[in-house]
Amino acid sequence: MIYFDNAATSWPKPQGVAEAMLHFMNDVGANPGRAAHRRAIDAGRIVYGAREAVCELFHAPDPLRVVFGKNVTEALNLALCGLLRPGDHVITSSMEHNAMMRPLRALERGTGLGSGGIELTVVRCSRDGRLDPADVAAAVRPNTRLVALTHASNVVGTVLPVTEVGALCRERDLLLLVDAAQTGGAFPVDVQADRIDLLGFTGHKSLGGPMGTGGLIVGERVDELQLDPLVRGGTGSRSEDEEQPDFLPDRCESGTPNAVGLAGLLAGVRCVLGKGVGAIRVHEVALAQRLIAGLRDIPGVTVYGTGDAELQTATVSFNITGMAPSDVGLRLDDDDGILCRVGLHCAPAAHRTIGTFPGGTVRFGLSSFNTAAEVEVALAAVQKLTREVE
Amino acid sequence: MMPRGYAVVLMYSTSYALRAESILHRAGIETKLVPVPRHLSSNCGVCVRIVQADREAALSVLDRARMEIEGIYDLE
Repeated sequence: MIYFDNAATSWPKPQGVAEAMLHFMNDVGANPGRAAHRRAIDAGRIVYGAREAVCELFHAPDPLRVVFGKNVTEALNLALCGLLRPGDHVITSSMEHNAMMRPLRALERGTGLGSGGIELTVVRCSRDGRLDPADVAAAVRPNTRLVALTHASNVVGTVLPVTEVGALCRERDLLLLVDAAQTGGAFPVDVQADRIDLLGFTGHKSLGGPMGTGGLIVGERVDELQLDPLVRGGTGSRSEDEEQPDFLPDRCESGTPNAVGLAGLLAGVRCVLGKGVGAIRVHEVALAQRLIAGLRDIPGVTVYGTGDAELQTATVSFNITGMAPSDVGLRLDDDDGILCRVGLHCAPAAHRTIGTFPGGTVRFGLSSFNTAAEVEVALAAVQKLTREVE
Repeated sequence: MMPRGYAVVLMYSTSYALRAESILHRAGIETKLVPVPRHLSSNCGVCVRIVQADREAALSVLDRARMEIEGIYDLE
């Protein structure tokens, strides 16, 4: 079995992640932040440790400004629906995942969780998924409040110029929200150097944690009193008060947290920090380079994106002429045990940009746990399929 | 032998208490997270216990880290 669906969720998880979760279930088990007994404090330390680890990975200064949630989709919804007000203008790209586009479209229509009625500009990216920061600058208006971008496409892997856009946002006094679902743990992300005001991250991809973890890092330029929580409820603080606390993270973290998940996330992030994002990146670039080159050499295969492994994550989309992506995916699974995702990948905007809407693509999502040998097996499998097409 | 007098630093939430503990540890100050003593009231059920001799050092370290605390009280 060859697992090439890491863009959806990473597998395997690093050594120690499952053990950390089992340890939590068997030996800790308490609800953090409520009672003051020894197990509750232990649980609290684990959750706090996860905040610190995430801060170290993303170079964020304050663990208390990490808001945990169940995934990055929730984090993006919190940022967008919590911050935006009617009349705000938002700039986004044409490569976004639906986690960004669906809340934005709802806010534009005036429906959804927020107060509605924003103006939205979608800046067109090139056919290989690249964004020109000058196009973002040209779209700025007097009422622009926020630029919201994916750091890298989940379809073709193209990395967007977040650092340049961050500098632009500082010059124009705008906020920058970044969806780091595809980059966190696999590509350098530095909220201070990149000037990212709101960073949505997921725990279960390259951070190596389990599903059910993720969050939003709220930068210091964001006034948390302007950030409405998605959910209100018990926080284990200000318990005499029926109003939600003002301070982070409690303001945006209500109810029992996924503490067992965060125990896993802590272990995963520690592994990533141990290996180093730089080393992970080198490994993934090498795999992607071979995969892209190998696919391009096969007649009848179209590879999308920049074609340059240095400009993208280790996620490669392709098609075989004359064979529907769904058929390719099924054959790869049945014949060769290669697991991947076909279709539109929850990113219709990206497929429209690269010219594969509505048919979609076959997507290989690699991680640093994949090997060069696996890439060769996959290339042979794709070649075999192309020979069947007349 | 003189018994060590303790003081407790009250915080707004457990996350704050854990952050304070982390900051104080890095400054070499001994701490224990304990339930808030009965005679004190707090927004949060957990507080950071230190020895009274470390009181000034602890306040200084927390102030430098811009950590808001609810208060600090000597225990008898």
